[in-house]
Amino acid sequence: MIQINSDHCDLCGTCLSVCPVDCIELTETKLNIDESACTKCQLCVRICPFKALKLVG
Amino acid sequence: MRTEYDIVVVGGGPAGSTTARFSKTENNSVALFEKDREIGIPVRCAEATSELCLRNLVPLDPKWIANTITKARLIAPDGKEVNLNLPVGGIILHRRLFDSGLAEIAANLGVEVFTKAYVHRIEPDENQRWKVFVRHLDREYLIKAKIVIAADGVESRVARWAGIKSQTLLKDIESCAQVLLGNVDVVDERIDFYISSKLAPGGYVWVFPKGNRTANVGLGVNGAQTLQKCSLDLLNDFIDEKFPGAARLTTVAGGVPVAKSLKKIAADGLLIVGDAARQVNPVSGGGILAAITAGKIAGAVAAKAININDWSLKVLKEYQTEWDKGAGKDYTLFYHIKGWITQLSDEYYNEIAEMLHKIPPSEVNLLTIFKIALRKKPALVLDAVKLFAKMI
Repeated sequence: MIQINSDHCDLCGTCLSVCPVDCIELTETKLNIDESACTKCQLCVRICPFKALKLVG
Repeated sequence: MRTEYDIVVVGGGPAGSTTARFSKTENNSVALFEKDREIGIPVRCAEATSELCLRNLVPLDPKWIANTITKARLIAPDGKEVNLNLPVGGIILHRRLFDSGLAEIAANLGVEVFTKAYVHRIEPDENQRWKVFVRHLDREYLIKAKIVIAADGVESRVARWAGIKSQTLLKDIESCAQVLLGNVDVVDERIDFYISSKLAPGGYVWVFPKGNRTANVGLGVNGAQTLQKCSLDLLNDFIDEKFPGAARLTTVAGGVPVAKSLKKIAADGLLIVGDAARQVNPVSGGGILAAITAGKIAGAVAAKAININDWSLKVLKEYQTEWDKGAGKDYTLFYHIKGWITQLSDEYYNEIAEMLHKIPPSEVNLLTIFKIALRKKPALVLDAVKLFAKMI
């Protein structure tokens, strides 16, 4: 799964723009990834300006 | 909050507020939903734009302007500097004041503005209207709208829910970090750009003074060229080296689309504007002017559609046509130039800077830089001819 480090995440939404399956949700205070739809392509991991995302497991 | 609006705008940035403002008439209802608690915050922007261009588009409140710029300095990878005078006056905005100012203008015309209003789904209904699902202060609302304006930024999902492909390729997005630095020695009337694959691969570092010993210092890394170190790490290295002892007053992340604007920016009952439509100058990464230009057209077209009671693509496509033949055409050309620029090596930039050093500083301007770049890279001639034909 893609793990979100909420201490690092700035809620900028850059990851949403590159996600091929639209499985990321951004609210005012939270980033959520829908694990069931995520394909683990890791484009979000590569684009994150603050390295808040990583693939685990 | 009503249960029905003629027009619902999703997103309270410059694109959303401008579209809302130009779509509002005495005979229609317009709501603007912003997911964050305050319009204009956080500021995910280097805040530079052109004074001349903005003045043509909005009544400019002097309070929105942090600083005025007349000069630029380009720093090549080997540290060689090229100084030039800007052909048009530049300004550094206070985006938080600018954005809330634009929303106030819309509100004063009767646009209903809601913050902490998160649109989490839109669906078409059977009467050519949209069902807009909004979460506002812990309550769910279902609102009907004839036209939805997707102004929901780089993170846009509204267009996707309407079935429009807006996924951006890694090479078409810059991964950016920015710090508002305090206690720095900067020349207030000059903006600096550092170009180097070590500092910011496939992008650049900017230093934009905001007055009172402060400056927006940030960088963008092309999505296809991201490294082990993320943008924030690279920026911190740069600041430690160039501005030791400076205070980090604000730190933000952000993604800047450097793509072609979306092929489809209008559909039945839907218009897409600003970063959500990837309407950004792909060379500079500047999006404020594009957002306002698009918002003005989109707003007028939406108002007309409501007025004649037809919000199908047949009417709304006028926005697409106007954008494509105006700013859209320029930005497509800039997109090709960007593709070429991102291929250039550090050595190439060093050589250009070296050649420019042999020219008297008073004669250095964007045109001479371009001429020298052309001499070294004839493949650019075709794009350049098109570009200058357009400028004249």
